[in-house]
Amino acid sequence: MTTTPEDTTPPAHLVLTVEDLAVHVPTEHGLLRAVDGVSFEVRAGRTLGIVGESGSGKSLTAKSLLRLHPAAFRESGRVLLHGADGSGADGTDALDIMELRRDGPMIRAVRGRRIALIFQEPMTAFSPLHTIGDQIMEAILLHRTADRAEARDICLEWMLRVGIGDAQRRIDQYPHEFSGGMRQRAMIAMALSCEPEVLIADEPTTALDVTIQAQVLELMQELQAETGMAIVFITHDLAVVAGTCDEVAVMYLGRIVEQAPVRELFANPQHPYTRGLLRSIPRFGMGRDERLQAIEGTVPQAIDLPAMCSFRDRCGARIEGVCETAEPRLLELTDRHQVRCFLHDPDAPVPDQPVGSTESTASDPAHAPVVPEESPA
Amino acid sequence: MLTYILRRTLMMIPVVLVISVIVFWIIQLPPGDYVSSHVMELQKEGEQLSAAEQDALRERYGLDQPWYAQYLAWIWGILTRGDLGYSFAYSQPVLAVVERYMATTLIVAVASMVFTYVVAIPIGVYSAVKQYSVGDYVFTTVGFLGMATPNFLLAIILMYLSYIWFGNPMLGLQSPEYAAQGWSPARVLDMLRHLVIPVVVIGTASTCELIRVMRGQMLDEMTKQHVLTARAKGVKESTNLRKYSLRAALNPIVSTIGWSLTAIFTGSTITAIVLNLPTQGPVMLDALMAQDMYLAGAWLGFMAILTVIGTLISDILLAWLDPRIRDERRARA
Repeated sequence: MTTTPEDTTPPAHLVLTVEDLAVHVPTEHGLLRAVDGVSFEVRAGRTLGIVGESGSGKSLTAKSLLRLHPAAFRESGRVLLHGADGSGADGTDALDIMELRRDGPMIRAVRGRRIALIFQEPMTAFSPLHTIGDQIMEAILLHRTADRAEARDICLEWMLRVGIGDAQRRIDQYPHEFSGGMRQRAMIAMALSCEPEVLIADEPTTALDVTIQAQVLELMQELQAETGMAIVFITHDLAVVAGTCDEVAVMYLGRIVEQAPVRELFANPQHPYTRGLLRSIPRFGMGRDERLQAIEGTVPQAIDLPAMCSFRDRCGARIEGVCETAEPRLLELTDRHQVRCFLHDPDAPVPDQPVGSTESTASDPAHAPVVPEESPA
Repeated sequence: MLTYILRRTLMMIPVVLVISVIVFWIIQLPPGDYVSSHVMELQKEGEQLSAAEQDALRERYGLDQPWYAQYLAWIWGILTRGDLGYSFAYSQPVLAVVERYMATTLIVAVASMVFTYVVAIPIGVYSAVKQYSVGDYVFTTVGFLGMATPNFLLAIILMYLSYIWFGNPMLGLQSPEYAAQGWSPARVLDMLRHLVIPVVVIGTASTCELIRVMRGQMLDEMTKQHVLTARAKGVKESTNLRKYSLRAALNPIVSTIGWSLTAIFTGSTITAIVLNLPTQGPVMLDALMAQDMYLAGAWLGFMAILTVIGTLISDILLAWLDPRIRDERRARA
């Protein structure tokens, strides 16, 4: 969560590469394409934000990274976990998580140890019948040491590190004796106690009130600076993204529609959906009578969708005769800014210049978008 | 916790006393008393009792007094002398009658309960883990059949099968030749063989019900967020199932153990009559029909105490299992 200008620093080594990840869920109404062709990279010490509305597939993406879906879900694509020192960054000796058996020892060795997960609801994420210490130590005993006394020491150390005072007493307490913020701290201690390379935080602060939210985010940033882990931060809260992430991927209906460094995305959003999201945040100093601009409609069900832009029906900038003809490609505007929209596609079916801002494509013909697969890693 | 148990135990005393009053009042509600039903019996056999003789009997047994006076005398006897009263029908103290049937009643009831839990919990867990598998459907079908079949019918079927296959319908709890003997390994074995049919008959309905409850509980627990958390930590599925899901799913079952004991006690009367079991069910039925009020009152009072104690045991077990309840209790104690 380095907030220094991220564009100039040399890229840290790759930790996790997700390629063309898809999660299809068979339902009684048909096949739900909950996640459909998502690709992103995560680098050590950096934070990738995945933003989207409910139903955009962001949480399912997170669970896929640890093979946590039931066997009925159809998953495809690759999730490459590179070596801790970056040696596998060229993809040669990387571990493809999607190849691992769902209940096998291989994936269990990754879960909690190399990739850890923090869930949205600290209230329900702990078993009410076991002590906090028992549940934190469970991960430590599985991955780090078989010695209970040592595991307890590690647990106490992490509880103090995440700011749980009086850890000696707290370790033997039950979840119902912890407040929401304290539980989320305990959750973070549990996730970090095995020093994972990647931390996936699935809406870790959504259930917390704002002051606690700020504390937890700050804590995560401090721990990231100390341990150098990569964070995948899943949220619907753009304000949180602005404060914590280096890179942002905006998801809509199972696809990434725009991806850019955080400043670029906020300063220069290119996809109509991203712009809509940004406009829907209340701003300080807004006029009293000024209305928030909500995005019309709701996310449709990703079942039996025709091959057209899935945002088309809700889009204020749609081009009639173009957007319904095909699925837009993911285009590369700059080498780090990608967008999936016909507004920026020079090869879009109808060459009409659309109304509205198409700065990058219209004003600069030399800057031809390329398909991202050919981009340098 | 100790203060809690003590407090609950003290609270049981007034509850049981109130129940005993209600029980006694209800027993004497039907018109007539033991003497009049006894007279009816005698009349069937062609004997007559004069009105004077009847009154003498009533006076001897204290039946000429109002019911509350009878109750006070009875409860005073229990509290001061441990005397449960006199059974008219058996011409014995109630205590002696109760003692005779208590052991066999307890053996059948406890064996049925153990059978229920031992069979139902593993099957329920299996059905949940392998939801919608062939096995799940088989157990579901058998379960509903078991729930729907009347106990006495099942008892008759099993007796018939036992007679066809082993040449012995296994009536009662022991073979006649052992009745007069002392306890020996052979007699115990004989009793265990005789227990099979009653236990299966009495236990089947509750077993089938418990399978459904257990299956539902497990399905509910297995999808809880904290189970996913554990899985994301790298916990094995089998550990996850045992440590988190099963543990939590057992809570509501434990909390009803107390009542199921009394349910098995009282629910098995018809089965006991059909199978000729020397348990309290038929004795109780006879006592109520003959208005043998002290015997009936003692049994019903005993059931009440059992229910109250059972509830207390369930509550203690639940507090022991669930830290949230434990703390709530501690806060109130």
